[in-house]
Amino acid sequence: MPRSEAPPIPVTAHFAPPRLSLRLVAVWRRNFLVWKKLALPSIVGNLADPVIYMLGLGYGLGLLVPEVEGVSYIAFLAGGTLAYSTMNAATFEVLYSGFSRMHVQKTWEAIMNAPIALDDIVAAELVWAASKSCLAGVAILAVIAAFGFTTSPLALAAIPVVFLTGLCFAALGLIMTALAPSYDFFMYYFTLFITPMTLLSGVFFPQGQLPDSVQAIAAALPLSHAVSLIRPLLLGHVPAQIGLHLGVLALITVLAFWLALGLTRRRLLK
Amino acid sequence: MPLEISGLVKRYGRGADAREVVRGLDLKLQRGECFALLGPNGAGKTTTLRCALGLTEASAGHIRLCGLPVPGQAREARARVGVVPQMDSLDPDFTCAENLIVFAGYFGIHEREIRPRVPELLAFAGLEGKETARIQSLSGGMKRRLTLARALVNRPELLVLDEPTTGLDPQARHLIWERLRRLTAEGTTILLTTHFMDEAERLAHRLAILDTGRILAQGSPREVIAAHIEPQVVEVFGDWTEADSAGGSGAAAWAAAHAGALSHRCEISGETAFCYTDDAPPLLAHLARQPGLRTLHRPANLEDVFLKLTGRELRD
Repeated sequence: MPRSEAPPIPVTAHFAPPRLSLRLVAVWRRNFLVWKKLALPSIVGNLADPVIYMLGLGYGLGLLVPEVEGVSYIAFLAGGTLAYSTMNAATFEVLYSGFSRMHVQKTWEAIMNAPIALDDIVAAELVWAASKSCLAGVAILAVIAAFGFTTSPLALAAIPVVFLTGLCFAALGLIMTALAPSYDFFMYYFTLFITPMTLLSGVFFPQGQLPDSVQAIAAALPLSHAVSLIRPLLLGHVPAQIGLHLGVLALITVLAFWLALGLTRRRLLK
Repeated sequence: MPLEISGLVKRYGRGADAREVVRGLDLKLQRGECFALLGPNGAGKTTTLRCALGLTEASAGHIRLCGLPVPGQAREARARVGVVPQMDSLDPDFTCAENLIVFAGYFGIHEREIRPRVPELLAFAGLEGKETARIQSLSGGMKRRLTLARALVNRPELLVLDEPTTGLDPQARHLIWERLRRLTAEGTTILLTTHFMDEAERLAHRLAILDTGRILAQGSPREVIAAHIEPQVVEVFGDWTEADSAGGSGAAAWAAAHAGALSHRCEISGETAFCYTDDAPPLLAHLARQPGLRTLHRPANLEDVFLKLTGRELRD
Protein backbone atom coordinates (compact mmCIF):
# COMPACT_ATOMS: atom_id res chain seq x y z
CA MET A 1 0.00 0.00 0.00
CA PRO A 2 1.47 3.42 -0.86
CA ARG A 3 2.41 5.52 2.10
CA SER A 4 0.34 8.68 2.32
CA GLU A 5 2.07 11.59 4.00
CA ALA A 6 -0.66 13.19 6.04
CA PRO A 7 0.06 16.78 7.02
CA PRO A 8 1.10 17.25 10.66
CA ILE A 9 -1.89 17.61 12.95
CA PRO A 10 -2.61 21.32 13.28
CA VAL A 11 -2.85 22.71 16.81
CA THR A 12 -6.36 23.89 15.98
CA ALA A 13 -7.53 20.26 15.72
CA HIS A 14 -7.47 20.12 19.51
CA PHE A 15 -9.91 23.00 19.58
CA ALA A 16 -12.38 21.55 17.08
CA PRO A 17 -15.99 21.50 18.33
CA PRO A 18 -16.85 18.66 20.75
CA ARG A 19 -18.19 15.39 19.35
CA LEU A 20 -20.44 13.92 21.99
CA SER A 21 -22.35 10.66 22.34
CA LEU A 22 -24.87 9.33 24.81
CA ARG A 23 -22.16 7.05 26.24
CA LEU A 24 -21.30 10.02 28.45
CA VAL A 25 -24.24 8.95 30.61
CA ALA A 26 -22.21 5.86 31.66
CA VAL A 27 -19.36 8.13 32.80
CA TRP A 28 -21.74 10.40 34.70
CA ARG A 29 -23.24 7.29 36.30
CA ARG A 30 -19.80 6.07 37.40
CA ASN A 31 -19.27 9.30 39.35
CA PHE A 32 -22.80 9.15 40.74
CA LEU A 33 -22.26 5.57 42.00
CA VAL A 34 -19.07 6.61 43.79
CA TRP A 35 -20.85 9.62 45.29
CA LYS A 36 -23.77 7.44 46.41
CA LYS A 37 -21.38 5.37 48.54
CA LEU A 38 -20.39 8.46 50.48
CA ALA A 39 -23.50 10.58 49.91
CA LEU A 40 -24.16 11.52 53.52
CA PRO A 41 -20.66 12.72 54.45
CA SER A 42 -20.48 14.42 51.06
CA ILE A 43 -23.71 16.36 51.57
CA VAL A 44 -22.77 17.24 55.14
CA GLY A 45 -19.35 18.40 53.91
CA ASN A 46 -20.88 20.61 51.26
CA LEU A 47 -23.55 21.86 53.64
CA ALA A 48 -21.80 22.45 56.94
CA ASP A 49 -19.34 25.13 55.91
CA PRO A 50 -21.74 27.51 54.10
CA VAL A 51 -24.51 27.00 56.67
CA ILE A 52 -22.17 27.77 59.57
CA TYR A 53 -20.97 30.92 57.81
CA MET A 54 -24.51 31.95 56.98
CA LEU A 55 -25.80 31.48 60.51
CA GLY A 56 -22.68 32.89 62.15
CA LEU A 57 -22.42 35.99 60.01
CA GLY A 58 -26.18 36.31 59.61
CA TYR A 59 -26.99 36.32 63.30
CA GLY A 60 -23.70 37.86 64.44
CA LEU A 61 -23.28 40.66 61.94
CA GLY A 62 -27.04 40.81 61.62
CA LEU A 63 -27.14 42.42 65.06
CA LEU A 64 -25.04 45.31 63.74
CA VAL A 65 -26.68 45.47 60.33
CA PRO A 66 -30.41 45.47 60.90
CA GLU A 67 -31.46 45.64 57.25
CA VAL A 68 -29.85 45.38 53.84
CA GLU A 69 -31.80 46.37 50.74
CA GLY A 70 -34.99 46.19 52.73
CA VAL A 71 -34.60 42.68 54.19
CA SER A 72 -32.89 41.22 57.28
CA TYR A 73 -29.17 40.67 56.79
CA ILE A 74 -29.51 36.90 57.11
CA ALA A 75 -32.21 36.77 54.44
CA PHE A 76 -29.92 38.86 52.22
CA LEU A 77 -27.04 36.51 52.97
CA ALA A 78 -29.05 33.34 52.21
CA GLY A 79 -29.14 33.89 48.44
CA GLY A 80 -25.45 34.77 48.33
CA THR A 81 -24.61 31.69 50.34
CA LEU A 82 -26.49 29.41 47.98
CA ALA A 83 -24.67 30.95 44.98
CA TYR A 84 -21.12 30.83 46.33
CA SER A 85 -21.47 27.37 47.87
CA THR A 86 -22.64 26.07 44.48
CA MET A 87 -19.57 27.64 42.92
CA ASN A 88 -17.33 26.03 45.52
CA ALA A 89 -18.90 22.58 45.24
CA ALA A 90 -18.60 22.51 41.44
CA THR A 91 -15.07 23.93 41.51
CA PHE A 92 -13.81 21.46 44.12
CA GLU A 93 -15.32 18.54 42.21
CA VAL A 94 -13.64 19.27 38.87
CA LEU A 95 -10.36 20.43 40.39
CA TYR A 96 -9.55 17.88 43.05
CA SER A 97 -11.76 14.91 42.23
CA GLY A 98 -11.47 15.51 38.48
CA PHE A 99 -7.68 15.70 38.67
CA SER A 100 -7.62 12.46 40.68
CA ARG A 101 -9.65 10.69 38.04
CA MET A 102 -7.68 12.15 35.14
CA HIS A 103 -4.13 12.05 36.45
CA VAL A 104 -3.75 9.98 39.60
CA GLN A 105 -6.19 7.07 39.26
CA LYS A 106 -6.02 6.99 35.42
CA THR A 107 -9.79 6.50 35.40
CA TRP A 108 -10.17 8.52 32.21
CA GLU A 109 -7.45 6.47 30.51
CA ALA A 110 -9.29 3.26 31.36
CA ILE A 111 -12.58 4.68 30.05
CA MET A 112 -10.94 5.77 26.79
CA ASN A 113 -10.05 2.13 26.09
CA ALA A 114 -13.79 1.49 25.96
CA PRO A 115 -15.87 2.93 23.10
CA ILE A 116 -15.99 6.35 24.78
CA ALA A 117 -14.10 9.37 23.52
CA LEU A 118 -12.34 11.96 25.66
CA ASP A 119 -14.98 14.53 24.63
CA ASP A 120 -17.66 12.39 26.30
CA ILE A 121 -15.57 12.05 29.46
CA VAL A 122 -14.92 15.78 29.86
CA ALA A 123 -18.58 16.57 29.14
CA ALA A 124 -19.65 13.95 31.69
CA GLU A 125 -17.33 15.52 34.29
CA LEU A 126 -18.89 18.93 33.56
CA VAL A 127 -22.45 17.70 33.97
CA TRP A 128 -21.56 15.55 36.97
CA ALA A 129 -19.92 18.45 38.86
CA ALA A 130 -22.98 20.60 38.16
CA SER A 131 -25.24 17.77 39.35
CA LYS A 132 -23.28 17.32 42.55
CA SER A 133 -23.25 21.06 43.27
CA CYS A 134 -26.97 21.11 42.59
CA LEU A 135 -27.57 18.26 45.05
CA ALA A 136 -25.64 20.22 47.66
CA GLY A 137 -27.52 23.38 46.67
CA VAL A 138 -30.89 21.73 47.18
CA ALA A 139 -29.76 20.67 50.66
CA ILE A 140 -28.71 24.24 51.48
CA LEU A 141 -31.96 25.57 50.08
CA ALA A 142 -33.82 23.16 52.36
CA VAL A 143 -31.91 24.51 55.37
CA ILE A 144 -32.63 28.09 54.28
CA ALA A 145 -36.33 27.29 53.96
CA ALA A 146 -36.38 25.40 57.27
CA PHE A 147 -35.02 28.49 59.04
CA GLY A 148 -37.67 30.57 57.28
CA PHE A 149 -35.17 32.77 55.39
CA THR A 150 -37.13 32.10 52.24
CA THR A 151 -40.86 31.56 52.07
CA SER A 152 -41.62 32.16 48.40
CA PRO A 153 -42.38 29.27 46.01
CA LEU A 154 -40.21 31.21 43.53
CA ALA A 155 -37.25 29.84 45.51
CA LEU A 156 -37.78 26.54 43.67
CA ALA A 157 -36.90 28.35 40.44
CA ALA A 158 -33.45 28.88 41.96
CA ILE A 159 -32.70 25.15 41.53
CA PRO A 160 -32.18 25.27 37.74
CA VAL A 161 -30.18 28.47 38.21
CA VAL A 162 -28.01 26.62 40.74
CA PHE A 163 -27.48 23.88 38.13
CA LEU A 164 -26.45 26.45 35.51
CA THR A 165 -24.11 28.10 38.05
CA GLY A 166 -22.61 24.66 38.68
CA LEU A 167 -22.08 24.11 34.94
CA CYS A 168 -20.43 27.52 34.58
CA PHE A 169 -17.93 27.01 37.41
CA ALA A 170 -17.31 23.37 36.49
CA ALA A 171 -16.39 24.50 32.98
CA LEU A 172 -14.05 27.21 34.33
CA GLY A 173 -12.51 24.72 36.76
CA LEU A 174 -11.93 22.14 34.04
CA ILE A 175 -9.59 24.63 32.35
CA MET A 176 -7.44 24.57 35.51
CA THR A 177 -7.63 20.77 35.72
CA ALA A 178 -6.41 20.50 32.12
CA LEU A 179 -3.42 22.74 32.92
CA ALA A 180 -2.54 21.47 36.40
CA PRO A 181 0.79 19.71 36.92
CA SER A 182 -0.25 18.77 40.49
CA TYR A 183 -2.82 19.48 43.19
CA ASP A 184 -0.77 22.44 44.49
CA PHE A 185 -1.55 24.34 41.31
CA PHE A 186 -5.19 24.73 42.37
CA MET A 187 -4.20 26.96 45.26
CA TYR A 188 -3.50 29.76 42.75
CA TYR A 189 -6.97 29.42 41.29
CA PHE A 190 -8.58 29.70 44.70
CA THR A 191 -6.50 32.56 46.07
CA LEU A 192 -6.33 34.58 42.85
CA PHE A 193 -9.79 33.95 41.39
CA ILE A 194 -12.37 32.19 43.56
CA THR A 195 -11.78 33.99 46.88
CA PRO A 196 -11.59 37.55 45.49
CA MET A 197 -14.65 36.83 43.36
CA THR A 198 -16.59 35.66 46.41
CA LEU A 199 -15.85 38.98 48.12
CA LEU A 200 -16.63 41.14 45.08
CA SER A 201 -19.78 39.46 43.81
CA GLY A 202 -22.26 40.76 46.36
CA VAL A 203 -22.40 37.58 48.41
CA PHE A 204 -21.78 39.22 51.81
CA PHE A 205 -22.61 42.85 51.05
CA PRO A 206 -24.28 44.78 48.22
CA GLN A 207 -21.97 45.63 45.32
CA GLY A 208 -23.03 49.27 45.72
CA GLN A 209 -20.65 49.41 48.70
CA LEU A 210 -17.66 48.88 46.41
CA PRO A 211 -15.68 51.82 44.98
CA ASP A 212 -17.11 52.92 41.62
CA SER A 213 -14.05 51.80 39.70
CA VAL A 214 -14.34 48.26 41.06
CA GLN A 215 -18.10 47.98 40.61
CA ALA A 216 -17.99 47.61 36.82
CA ILE A 217 -15.46 44.78 37.02
CA ALA A 218 -17.31 43.15 39.90
CA ALA A 219 -20.60 43.17 38.03
CA ALA A 220 -19.01 41.25 35.14
CA LEU A 221 -17.80 38.37 37.35
CA PRO A 222 -19.68 35.10 36.76
CA LEU A 223 -20.61 34.77 40.44
CA SER A 224 -22.23 38.24 40.33
CA HIS A 225 -24.63 36.99 37.67
CA ALA A 226 -25.48 33.92 39.74
CA VAL A 227 -26.11 36.08 42.84
CA SER A 228 -28.22 38.52 40.81
CA LEU A 229 -30.49 35.64 39.84
CA ILE A 230 -30.60 33.52 43.01
CA ARG A 231 -31.05 36.24 45.66
CA PRO A 232 -34.24 37.80 44.20
CA LEU A 233 -35.77 34.35 43.63
CA LEU A 234 -35.22 33.45 47.29
CA LEU A 235 -36.70 36.77 48.33
CA GLY A 236 -39.75 36.09 46.20
CA HIS A 237 -39.39 38.32 43.16
CA VAL A 238 -38.40 37.85 39.57
CA PRO A 239 -34.80 39.00 38.97
CA ALA A 240 -34.11 42.06 36.87
CA GLN A 241 -32.31 41.47 33.54
CA ILE A 242 -32.96 37.77 33.84
CA GLY A 243 -32.05 37.07 30.21
CA LEU A 244 -28.73 38.89 30.47
CA HIS A 245 -27.62 36.99 33.59
CA LEU A 246 -28.71 33.58 32.27
CA GLY A 247 -27.12 34.37 28.91
CA VAL A 248 -23.78 35.33 30.44
CA LEU A 249 -23.64 32.19 32.60
CA ALA A 250 -24.53 30.03 29.59
CA LEU A 251 -22.01 31.76 27.35
CA ILE A 252 -19.20 31.38 29.90
CA THR A 253 -20.13 27.70 30.25
CA VAL A 254 -19.89 27.10 26.50
CA LEU A 255 -16.66 29.04 25.96
CA ALA A 256 -14.93 27.66 29.06
CA PHE A 257 -15.94 24.09 28.22
CA TRP A 258 -14.62 24.48 24.68
CA LEU A 259 -11.31 25.82 25.96
CA ALA A 260 -11.07 23.16 28.70
CA LEU A 261 -11.79 20.38 26.20
CA GLY A 262 -9.16 21.67 23.78
CA LEU A 263 -6.55 21.85 26.52
CA THR A 264 -7.48 18.39 27.81
CA ARG A 265 -7.24 16.89 24.31
CA ARG A 266 -3.82 18.49 23.91
CA ARG A 267 -2.75 17.01 27.23
CA LEU A 268 -4.08 13.47 26.86
CA LEU A 269 -4.33 12.61 23.16
CA LYS A 270 -0.64 12.74 22.35
CA MET B 1 -8.59 -9.08 9.99
CA PRO B 2 -8.36 -8.00 13.66
CA LEU B 3 -5.67 -5.40 13.02
CA GLU B 4 -3.99 -4.10 9.91
CA ILE B 5 -1.39 -1.34 10.06
CA SER B 6 0.51 -0.04 7.07
CA GLY B 7 3.08 2.70 6.80
CA LEU B 8 2.44 3.98 10.33
CA VAL B 9 4.42 7.10 11.24
CA LYS B 10 4.09 8.97 14.51
CA ARG B 11 5.95 12.20 14.87
CA TYR B 12 6.07 14.52 17.88
CA GLY B 13 6.96 18.18 17.64
CA ARG B 14 7.51 20.02 14.40
CA GLY B 15 10.30 21.50 12.30
CA ALA B 16 13.80 20.98 13.62
CA ASP B 17 12.50 19.59 16.93
CA ALA B 18 10.39 16.87 15.29
CA ARG B 19 11.03 13.41 16.65
CA GLU B 20 9.79 10.27 14.87
CA VAL B 21 8.78 7.66 17.41
CA VAL B 22 7.28 5.26 14.87
CA ARG B 23 8.90 5.26 11.44
CA GLY B 24 6.98 3.34 8.81
CA LEU B 25 5.56 0.30 10.55
CA ASP B 26 3.57 -2.47 8.85
CA LEU B 27 1.70 -5.12 10.80
CA LYS B 28 -1.03 -7.63 10.04
CA LEU B 29 -2.63 -9.79 12.71
CA GLN B 30 -4.31 -13.08 11.76
CA ARG B 31 -7.50 -14.09 13.53
CA GLY B 32 -6.81 -16.27 16.57
CA GLU B 33 -3.08 -15.71 16.77
CA CYS B 34 -1.01 -14.27 19.57
CA PHE B 35 1.32 -11.60 18.24
CA ALA B 36 4.06 -10.06 20.39
CA LEU B 37 5.69 -6.69 19.85
CA LEU B 38 9.15 -6.90 21.37
CA GLY B 39 11.37 -3.93 21.91
CA PRO B 40 13.51 -2.05 24.41
CA ASN B 41 12.09 0.95 26.27
CA GLY B 42 11.32 3.76 23.87
CA ALA B 43 11.12 1.48 20.82
CA GLY B 44 7.63 2.73 19.96
CA LYS B 45 5.56 -0.21 21.25
CA THR B 46 3.08 1.73 23.37
CA THR B 47 2.79 4.51 20.78
CA THR B 48 1.93 1.90 18.15
CA LEU B 49 -0.82 0.51 20.40
CA ARG B 50 -2.19 4.01 21.13
CA CYS B 51 -2.35 4.75 17.40
CA ALA B 52 -4.03 1.39 16.72
CA LEU B 53 -6.72 2.10 19.32
CA GLY B 54 -7.31 5.62 18.00
CA LEU B 55 -6.13 7.26 21.23
CA THR B 56 -3.67 9.40 19.34
CA GLU B 57 -3.64 10.39 15.72
CA ALA B 58 -0.98 8.92 13.43
CA SER B 59 1.16 11.38 11.46
CA ALA B 60 0.86 9.08 8.42
CA GLY B 61 -0.26 5.59 7.50
CA HIS B 62 -3.39 3.48 7.48
CA ILE B 63 -4.95 1.53 10.35
CA ARG B 64 -7.91 -0.82 10.36
CA LEU B 65 -9.03 -2.21 13.70
CA CYS B 66 -11.57 -5.06 13.57
CA GLY B 67 -12.15 -4.08 9.95
CA LEU B 68 -12.95 -0.43 10.75
CA PRO B 69 -10.83 2.58 9.83
CA VAL B 70 -8.97 4.31 12.68
CA PRO B 71 -9.29 7.06 13.81
CA GLY B 72 -12.51 7.55 11.74
CA GLN B 73 -14.44 4.76 13.45
CA ALA B 74 -12.11 4.08 16.35
CA ARG B 75 -14.90 4.30 18.89
CA GLU B 76 -16.98 1.63 17.13
CA ALA B 77 -13.89 -0.55 16.68
CA ARG B 78 -12.96 -0.30 20.36
CA ALA B 79 -16.35 -1.79 21.24
CA ARG B 80 -14.91 -5.10 19.96
CA VAL B 81 -11.49 -4.79 21.60
CA GLY B 82 -10.29 -5.41 25.16
CA VAL B 83 -7.31 -3.52 26.56
CA VAL B 84 -5.02 -4.28 29.50
CA PRO B 85 -3.02 -1.07 29.96
CA GLN B 86 0.50 -0.91 31.32
CA MET B 87 -0.48 1.16 34.36
CA ASP B 88 -3.06 0.03 36.87
CA SER B 89 -6.27 1.95 36.23
CA LEU B 90 -8.79 0.04 38.34
CA ASP B 91 -11.34 2.15 40.12
CA PRO B 92 -10.28 2.32 43.80
CA ASP B 93 -13.73 3.49 44.88
CA PHE B 94 -15.34 0.25 43.75
CA THR B 95 -15.17 -3.42 44.71
CA CYS B 96 -13.93 -6.04 42.24
CA ALA B 97 -17.44 -6.85 41.01
CA GLU B 98 -18.37 -3.16 40.74
CA ASN B 99 -15.25 -2.53 38.68
CA LEU B 100 -16.43 -5.09 36.13
CA ILE B 101 -20.05 -3.89 36.14
CA VAL B 102 -19.21 -0.20 35.80
CA PHE B 103 -16.67 -0.92 33.06
CA ALA B 104 -19.24 -2.99 31.15
CA GLY B 105 -21.49 0.07 31.34
CA TYR B 106 -18.95 1.98 29.23
CA PHE B 107 -19.67 -0.57 26.47
CA GLY B 108 -23.40 -0.08 26.84
CA ILE B 109 -23.76 -3.49 28.54
CA HIS B 110 -26.56 -3.42 31.08
CA GLU B 111 -26.00 -4.52 34.66
CA ARG B 112 -28.50 -7.39 34.41
CA GLU B 113 -26.46 -8.75 31.49
CA ILE B 114 -23.04 -8.51 33.12
CA ARG B 115 -23.86 -9.37 36.74
CA PRO B 116 -24.46 -13.10 36.05
CA ARG B 117 -21.06 -13.23 34.28
CA VAL B 118 -19.11 -11.63 37.14
CA PRO B 119 -18.33 -14.89 39.02
CA GLU B 120 -17.15 -16.50 35.77
CA LEU B 121 -14.95 -13.50 34.89
CA LEU B 122 -13.44 -13.40 38.39
CA ALA B 123 -12.84 -17.16 38.30
CA PHE B 124 -11.07 -16.79 34.96
CA ALA B 125 -8.75 -14.28 36.62
CA GLY B 126 -8.18 -16.59 39.60
CA LEU B 127 -10.15 -14.25 41.86
CA GLU B 128 -12.98 -16.57 42.93
CA GLY B 129 -15.10 -15.11 45.70
CA LYS B 130 -13.49 -11.67 45.53
CA GLU B 131 -16.71 -9.95 44.43
CA THR B 132 -16.83 -7.58 47.38
CA ALA B 133 -13.09 -7.20 47.92
CA ARG B 134 -11.77 -3.64 47.78
CA ILE B 135 -9.11 -2.80 45.21
CA GLN B 136 -6.66 -1.58 47.86
CA SER B 137 -6.69 -5.05 49.43
CA LEU B 138 -5.44 -6.73 46.21
CA SER B 139 -1.80 -7.55 45.46
CA GLY B 140 -0.16 -6.29 42.27
CA GLY B 141 -0.71 -9.63 40.58
CA MET B 142 -4.38 -9.73 41.58
CA LYS B 143 -4.90 -6.21 40.24
CA ARG B 144 -3.39 -7.15 36.89
CA ARG B 145 -5.59 -10.25 36.74
CA LEU B 146 -8.68 -8.19 37.56
CA THR B 147 -7.66 -5.78 34.79
CA LEU B 148 -7.53 -8.79 32.46
CA ALA B 149 -11.03 -9.81 33.56
CA ARG B 150 -12.17 -6.20 33.04
CA ALA B 151 -10.81 -6.29 29.47
CA LEU B 152 -13.04 -9.30 28.74
CA VAL B 153 -16.42 -7.82 29.77
CA ASN B 154 -17.32 -7.15 26.11
CA ARG B 155 -16.13 -10.58 24.87
CA PRO B 156 -13.49 -8.92 22.66
CA GLU B 157 -12.35 -10.24 19.29
CA LEU B 158 -8.96 -8.68 19.91
CA LEU B 159 -7.24 -8.38 23.27
CA VAL B 160 -4.45 -5.82 23.52
CA LEU B 161 -2.04 -6.10 26.44
CA ASP B 162 0.71 -3.58 27.13
CA GLU B 163 3.44 -5.33 29.13
CA PRO B 164 0.97 -7.59 30.92
CA THR B 165 3.42 -9.23 33.31
CA THR B 166 5.88 -6.43 34.10
CA GLY B 167 6.41 -6.30 37.86
CA LEU B 168 4.68 -9.60 38.61
CA ASP B 169 6.12 -12.58 40.46
CA PRO B 170 6.69 -15.87 38.57
CA GLN B 171 3.49 -17.47 39.87
CA ALA B 172 1.36 -14.58 38.68
CA ARG B 173 3.14 -14.51 35.30
CA HIS B 174 2.51 -18.20 34.73
CA LEU B 175 -1.16 -17.82 35.60
CA ILE B 176 -1.56 -14.94 33.13
CA TRP B 177 0.28 -16.89 30.41
CA GLU B 178 -1.96 -19.89 30.95
CA ARG B 179 -5.09 -17.72 30.70
CA LEU B 180 -3.87 -15.99 27.55
CA ARG B 181 -3.19 -19.37 25.92
CA ARG B 182 -6.70 -20.41 26.86
CA LEU B 183 -8.09 -17.27 25.20
CA THR B 184 -6.23 -17.85 21.95
CA ALA B 185 -7.38 -21.49 22.00
CA GLU B 186 -10.94 -20.15 22.17
CA GLY B 187 -10.30 -17.94 19.14
CA THR B 188 -9.46 -14.54 20.66
CA THR B 189 -6.70 -12.69 18.84
CA ILE B 190 -4.03 -11.28 21.14
CA LEU B 191 -1.60 -8.44 20.60
CA LEU B 192 0.87 -7.92 23.42
CA THR B 193 3.97 -5.88 24.02
CA THR B 194 6.72 -7.18 26.21
CA HIS B 195 10.41 -7.00 26.84
CA PHE B 196 10.49 -10.47 28.33
CA MET B 197 11.86 -12.86 25.71
CA ASP B 198 10.58 -15.96 27.46
CA GLU B 199 7.09 -14.47 27.46
CA ALA B 200 7.22 -13.90 23.72
CA GLU B 201 8.82 -17.31 23.04
CA ARG B 202 6.17 -19.14 25.07
CA LEU B 203 3.07 -17.22 24.03
CA ALA B 204 3.51 -15.73 20.61
CA HIS B 205 2.68 -17.50 17.38
CA ARG B 206 4.40 -14.62 15.66
CA LEU B 207 6.37 -11.64 16.86
CA ALA B 208 8.04 -8.50 15.66
CA ILE B 209 11.19 -7.01 17.13
CA LEU B 210 10.86 -3.26 17.19
CA ASP B 211 13.50 -0.64 17.80
CA THR B 212 13.61 3.13 17.20
CA GLY B 213 10.18 2.93 15.59
CA ARG B 214 10.97 0.27 12.97
CA ILE B 215 10.40 -3.47 12.76
CA LEU B 216 13.79 -5.18 12.58
CA ALA B 217 12.58 -8.78 12.38
CA GLN B 218 9.24 -10.49 12.08
CA GLY B 219 7.99 -14.08 12.04
CA SER B 220 7.43 -17.05 14.35
CA PRO B 221 9.94 -17.25 17.24
CA ARG B 222 11.72 -20.16 15.49
CA GLU B 223 11.80 -18.36 12.15
CA VAL B 224 13.21 -15.21 13.70
CA ILE B 225 15.91 -17.15 15.53
CA ALA B 226 16.78 -19.18 12.42
CA ALA B 227 16.90 -16.13 10.17
CA HIS B 228 18.92 -13.80 12.37
CA ILE B 229 21.40 -15.76 14.41
CA GLU B 230 23.74 -18.76 14.45
CA PRO B 231 22.07 -21.77 16.07
CA GLN B 232 24.62 -22.40 18.87
CA VAL B 233 25.87 -20.16 21.64
CA VAL B 234 28.83 -20.81 23.90
CA GLU B 235 29.09 -18.41 26.80
CA VAL B 236 32.63 -18.18 28.16
CA PHE B 237 33.62 -16.65 31.49
CA GLY B 238 36.19 -17.07 34.27
CA ASP B 239 39.99 -16.68 34.53
CA TRP B 240 42.38 -17.01 31.67
CA THR B 241 45.98 -15.93 31.09
CA GLU B 242 48.28 -17.16 28.36
CA ALA B 243 52.00 -17.24 28.99
CA ASP B 244 52.87 -15.33 25.81
CA SER B 245 49.87 -12.97 25.78
CA ALA B 246 50.59 -9.27 25.68
CA GLY B 247 48.67 -8.72 28.86
CA GLY B 248 45.07 -8.83 30.02
CA SER B 249 43.23 -11.77 31.42
CA GLY B 250 39.79 -13.28 31.62
CA ALA B 251 37.24 -14.16 28.99
CA ALA B 252 37.76 -10.95 27.04
CA ALA B 253 41.49 -11.63 26.64
CA TRP B 254 40.78 -15.21 25.66
CA ALA B 255 38.23 -14.03 23.10
CA ALA B 256 40.68 -11.54 21.61
CA ALA B 257 43.22 -14.33 21.15
CA HIS B 258 41.06 -17.27 20.02
CA ALA B 259 37.38 -16.54 19.47
CA GLY B 260 37.83 -15.22 15.96
CA ALA B 261 39.19 -18.53 14.70
CA LEU B 262 36.85 -20.81 16.65
CA SER B 263 33.47 -19.07 16.36
CA HIS B 264 31.53 -17.24 13.73
CA ARG B 265 30.95 -14.16 15.82
CA CYS B 266 31.81 -13.22 19.38
CA GLU B 267 30.42 -10.46 21.60
CA ILE B 268 31.81 -9.36 24.94
CA SER B 269 29.37 -8.21 27.59
CA GLY B 270 30.84 -7.47 30.99
CA GLU B 271 32.87 -10.49 32.07
CA THR B 272 31.35 -12.86 29.56
CA ALA B 273 32.15 -13.68 25.95
CA PHE B 274 29.20 -14.86 23.84
CA CYS B 275 30.46 -17.01 20.96
CA TYR B 276 27.94 -17.69 18.19
CA THR B 277 28.64 -20.64 15.90
CA ASP B 278 27.19 -23.31 13.59
CA ASP B 279 29.81 -25.80 14.71
CA ALA B 280 30.42 -25.90 18.46
CA PRO B 281 32.57 -29.07 18.99
CA PRO B 282 35.99 -27.63 17.98
CA LEU B 283 35.34 -24.58 20.18
CA LEU B 284 34.25 -26.76 23.10
CA ALA B 285 37.26 -29.03 22.65
CA HIS B 286 39.57 -26.01 22.80
CA LEU B 287 37.78 -24.61 25.86
CA ALA B 288 38.10 -27.95 27.65
CA ARG B 289 41.88 -27.40 27.61
CA GLN B 290 41.60 -23.99 29.36
CA PRO B 291 41.26 -24.89 33.06
CA GLY B 292 40.34 -21.39 34.36
CA LEU B 293 37.50 -20.82 31.92
CA ARG B 294 33.96 -21.94 32.46
CA THR B 295 31.50 -22.44 29.64
CA LEU B 296 27.78 -22.66 29.03
CA HIS B 297 26.73 -24.25 25.76
CA ARG B 298 23.12 -23.70 24.69
CA PRO B 299 20.93 -23.23 21.62
CA ALA B 300 20.46 -19.62 20.52
CA ASN B 301 17.27 -18.01 21.74
CA LEU B 302 15.19 -14.94 21.14
CA GLU B 303 17.19 -12.88 23.61
CA ASP B 304 20.32 -13.43 21.53
CA VAL B 305 18.47 -12.19 18.44
CA PHE B 306 17.06 -9.27 20.38
CA LEU B 307 20.47 -8.21 21.68
CA LYS B 308 22.05 -8.68 18.27
CA LEU B 309 19.43 -6.48 16.61
CA THR B 310 18.96 -3.82 19.27
CA GLY B 311 22.45 -3.73 20.78
CA ARG B 312 23.65 -4.22 24.31
CA GLU B 313 23.78 -0.64 25.54
CA LEU B 314 21.28 0.45 28.20
CA ARG B 315 18.00 2.12 27.27
CA ASP B 316 16.20 4.53 29.54
